Amino acid sequence: MGRLRSYILRRLLQAIFVLLGLSMLIFVISRMVPGDPARMALGPRTPEWAVENLRRQLNLDKPLPVQYGLWLSKVVRGDLGESLVTRRPVTHDLKDFLPATMELIFIAAVIEIIGGILLGVLAARYSQTWFDGFTRILAYLGVATPSFVWSILFLLLFSYVWPIFPTTGRLSPWIPMPPRVTGMVILDSLLSGNLSTAWDCFMHLVLPAVSLAMYGMAQAARITRSSMIENMEKDSVYANIASGIPPRVIMTKYILKPSLIPSVSVMALDIAAMIVNAFLVEVIFNYPGLSRYGLSAMLNKDLNAIVAVILVLGLLFVIMNIVVDFIVAHLDPRISLTGGT
Amino acid sequence: MAIVGLVVVLVTIAAGVFAPFVAPYPQHARAFVDYANAMRPPCSEYLLGSDPSGRDILSRIIFAIRGALKMSVGVLSAVVPLGVIVGLVAGYHRGTRLEAVIMRITDVFLAVPPLLLALAISSVLKPNLFNAMMAVSVSWWPWYTRLVYSMASSIRNEFYVQAAELVGASRTHIIFREILPNCLPPIFTKMTLDVGFVILLGASLSFVGLGEQPPVPALGTMVADGAKYMPEQWWVSVFPGLAIMVIVLGFNLLGDGIRDMMSTEEA
Repeated sequence: MGRLRSYILRRLLQAIFVLLGLSMLIFVISRMVPGDPARMALGPRTPEWAVENLRRQLNLDKPLPVQYGLWLSKVVRGDLGESLVTRRPVTHDLKDFLPATMELIFIAAVIEIIGGILLGVLAARYSQTWFDGFTRILAYLGVATPSFVWSILFLLLFSYVWPIFPTTGRLSPWIPMPPRVTGMVILDSLLSGNLSTAWDCFMHLVLPAVSLAMYGMAQAARITRSSMIENMEKDSVYANIASGIPPRVIMTKYILKPSLIPSVSVMALDIAAMIVNAFLVEVIFNYPGLSRYGLSAMLNKDLNAIVAVILVLGLLFVIMNIVVDFIVAHLDPRISLTGGT
Repeated sequence: MAIVGLVVVLVTIAAGVFAPFVAPYPQHARAFVDYANAMRPPCSEYLLGSDPSGRDILSRIIFAIRGALKMSVGVLSAVVPLGVIVGLVAGYHRGTRLEAVIMRITDVFLAVPPLLLALAISSVLKPNLFNAMMAVSVSWWPWYTRLVYSMASSIRNEFYVQAAELVGASRTHIIFREILPNCLPPIFTKMTLDVGFVILLGASLSFVGLGEQPPVPALGTMVADGAKYMPEQWWVSVFPGLAIMVIVLGFNLLGDGIRDMMSTEEA
């Protein structure tokens, strides 16, 4: 246990280092904006002394490292400044928009994990059949196709050819939003005991979530397949069969479980990357998540909002990566917790 | 499969390079209005249909491929030399403070998804192809640094490198003449695979409006603009999307083929 704890500690330390670096990077990026932020905020007609005042107020007259320190100390305290567009603290905006995105990613992750493993197991079980060939093609297409193109294709398929899923928004217009508790509609409507609202929200999430999941699902299916086949041919499996262990137990305990380790790390990394891809998918499905906010921020050069969105996404990504490392370390007893990065 | 990839890649490159001659309506690649023929579904005159201002989608895709190829060439020719040199330097100076600093910096870049970083950078700059290329480059070089670093730091301990050091060869000679040539095959393999990824990233950037600006066509922009007309006028958005899919698939298949070829050669 002591070793595990020191591993966790070291990993967290590393993450803090990475986050510090990321914050520096974002700070530098935010200062790459051409022009003088104070002048831009006040407009060209404001007299120079007023601009000078604001500059002093925003600490823009201080050297860059000092500016960075002041900015960071505010960020750490949860003060990300005010959005230029909504005129509200950026953190409030994030609280409004982030849960919707997290809900989408959660559903996508579930689909990816179940779908990836299931497809992989079936492809291994029926290797060299048409099904195996199908997953191979899916894998090639999955990696080559950005999630927003999947969205378009699904949109075409399921709203034009075979209309079973709603294709826009988060809830059907005639259904009222459940009282806000977590901001995640499925959870909120379950909490208020409203099953039909939860179902409606889920149906809205299916297409965007599958679009997001395609990339990782295709990869995970192939990896699961090849490691299952590899494990199936091990001598130990023949020994197990000979000693009369039921095939079902052999399949799940001795073949499936060790075969999952490589797919788990691939899927987990992909799920972490979904945070960014969700950005693009949300646009197509008109889903009111972080992307709408982030995109309008980008178009309006709303610097505080851009910085906040990037910072939050980066933070989530780093956290997810740590979680992944712990899961893999837990699954795979061979990983030495003391060595490596 | 690699042959399929090669064919797709060659066709793509040919289409991009000879766009003005291949495209049925080269003039449609710019601002052009022909409302009489707006939103025509795919037919013999407009093979992939026409868009809301009556422009031929096929022609616009062909010209968009040009931008996508320009972008990958631009990004790779910026990223590869930079990433490789930094990686070589870090690998050669293994165990020094210089190596530690370089590798910690790359760690930070590698900890962020490239798309996020590229979005961040290009969103604060003026949206155009050059800035999109720069944004992708900034988020891409550390991958080469890490690849080269891991090879260089092990090659560094080979006898021939030590021999060269003993004879008194200069540092530049050792890095570029002794270490670099042995790192080249994996670099080339990665480059072919990366063309596809860069096109994907570029399409994602232009999808949110941070790439080539209208009226110049870009694949991502075409998908995004056409999404408004889904599902009735599906061709406006679906065909550019399929184009991305096919092109990236082609480069991936070719890259996989080259990687397999390289690994059998080594074995």
